[in-house]
Amino acid sequence: MSKPGRKKLIEFYTRMVRIRKTEEKLMEVFSNGEILGFLHVSIGQEAAPVGICAHLSDLDYIATTHRGHGHAIAKGIDLKYAMAELFGKKEGFCMGRSGSMHLADKKHGIMGANGIVGGGIPIATGAAFAARYKKTDQVAVATFGEGATGEGAFHEALNFAAIKKLPIVYVCENNGWAEFSPQSIHMPIKDVISRATAYNMPAVQVSNDVLEIYEAAGKAIDHARAGKGPTLLEVKCDRWHGHYVGDAQKYRGKDAVEKAMGKDCLLNFEVTLLTDKVLQKKDIEKIGAQVQAEIDEAVDFARECSFPDPSEMMDGLYI
Amino acid sequence: MKDIRYIFAIKEAMEEEMERDENVFLVGEDVGLAEGSFGASRGLYDKFGPDRVIDTPISELGFTSMAAGAASCGLRPIVEIMFMDFVTCCMDSIVNQIAKMRYMFGNQYSVPIVVRMPEGGGLNAGPQHSQCLEAWFAHVPGLKVVMASTPYDVKGLLKSSIRDDNPVIFIENKTLHAMKGSIPEEDFTIPLGKADIKREGSDVTIVTASRMVHESLKAADALAEEGISLEVIDLMTIQPWDRETVFNSIGKTHRLVTAHEAVKQFGFGAEISAAVTEEILDELDAPIMRVGAPFVPASYSLEKFYVPGADDVKNAVRKTMERSF
Repeated sequence: MSKPGRKKLIEFYTRMVRIRKTEEKLMEVFSNGEILGFLHVSIGQEAAPVGICAHLSDLDYIATTHRGHGHAIAKGIDLKYAMAELFGKKEGFCMGRSGSMHLADKKHGIMGANGIVGGGIPIATGAAFAARYKKTDQVAVATFGEGATGEGAFHEALNFAAIKKLPIVYVCENNGWAEFSPQSIHMPIKDVISRATAYNMPAVQVSNDVLEIYEAAGKAIDHARAGKGPTLLEVKCDRWHGHYVGDAQKYRGKDAVEKAMGKDCLLNFEVTLLTDKVLQKKDIEKIGAQVQAEIDEAVDFARECSFPDPSEMMDGLYI
Repeated sequence: MKDIRYIFAIKEAMEEEMERDENVFLVGEDVGLAEGSFGASRGLYDKFGPDRVIDTPISELGFTSMAAGAASCGLRPIVEIMFMDFVTCCMDSIVNQIAKMRYMFGNQYSVPIVVRMPEGGGLNAGPQHSQCLEAWFAHVPGLKVVMASTPYDVKGLLKSSIRDDNPVIFIENKTLHAMKGSIPEEDFTIPLGKADIKREGSDVTIVTASRMVHESLKAADALAEEGISLEVIDLMTIQPWDRETVFNSIGKTHRLVTAHEAVKQFGFGAEISAAVTEEILDELDAPIMRVGAPFVPASYSLEKFYVPGADDVKNAVRKTMERSF
């Protein structure tokens, strides 16, 4: 696989900044009550969605998790209508019915975040099945955390996909925390990739580095597209924030949180780009300002949109 | 017209719909090589091959959600759950995912999927192979729930279910699999959401479905000799159910008995009784009686005493005839 050129590197960086700044903004508007329900942010985990989705077209599928803003943004979701959805407005992608936890955008192959841990894994497997059935060259990606690998859905889906050699990549972002419990409590193994052995499935582990992820994902996606079957890709990363915004993380301890926040995939990538002279400081500032303007515009748009009328609640239950 | 067994009427419905629409496929445990554990897919694997008749690992959650994903990408899966009891292993798939996907995603995705399963006693198979759980699914917005009582109905309703763009829980009954009945040679469907009056009568309305339709008809024959006339309504679709047919019948008979094989408490009979009291209480001349299994797990050795039958219907009818407001 060829190394990504300058244009691609800048695009990766921009997407990572877009995810980071969007979630920072979401935390702000959540805290002031403009967003309802639960908000799960993926700050510190921006590398995986960007490195993976760089290989996907709008025709390819992705099913994500409750911590799924990053994947939707990396897959190309329109921020304005995504923000409208998170604000619960009827102009949003899901008519204000999904919010953060079930955000979906069919045009971009986003099959939905999922409120059920592991729930999206067999659904993405079904998308891969449909691609095979229709003899297209589409691939599907399922993303999930290491906590989801305790679910039967994970094992049932991987088993089926491996038997049928379906065009899918299973991406586990192992951030060490399943909701409020550390990995040591719920897994007898150190590495999620060990689980692939049971399904005779190739498995690759990478660090939280966008270029490393890009390369490994590229191989796995090519493998899937070529009809050679699924791969389990594990990204070792850290969760900066709590399970949800507002989680004080008393179970975790301040030192551990600070240690996690000391590992910043976005900052690391920025340093690489500066060192390699792909970008200069002023470019970084310019990208940051442009992205921030996009996000502010999306928030303004979402604020202007309308809530669905209660009279519309029953619409479309059956067709 | 031709005679056919219920189980092969199911096969014909699937076969014809698979011929009609290449996006229809069948998936489940032992549906392919083994031709279905009750024989519902006999010959389909040979005819359509392993790409459209798909044997799965024993993993109800995995393959049902897989089918949901495939449905949202434009396919029309028929999922076979070997016994209705096993559907409890894929409740996340059906309740959290399939039932909600279109609504929750603002109509972006449709999930045209049929999940077929046989319910009920008859095999002395005990507590984990005999349950009737239709009310669980009727309680979940977004699903349609269909129950078929004859070879004609099962074929027509299954074809409609496969063509429907909504997810359908399609419930068969194990004791009906061998039943013979007459069906047309040509293509036909039966609309979902419409009940069928299996026997007209004037004294008491029986609202029932599946195997209990036949028990109710037996009861009607017996009670006719006592001068009591039963109108037997086969709901066929439990959700959404046909209020008009039920209410019109009660407007005529002024007495209601509901009958299902599922345990009586919180069964579909309870919903119908409640709706009748809310909307047309003044039509009733007597209390409503409900027939259902006792509130206990299905019994292995006592199955014949556990499963409700014609005698239970007769007793319920007599009770409502004895009472009046």
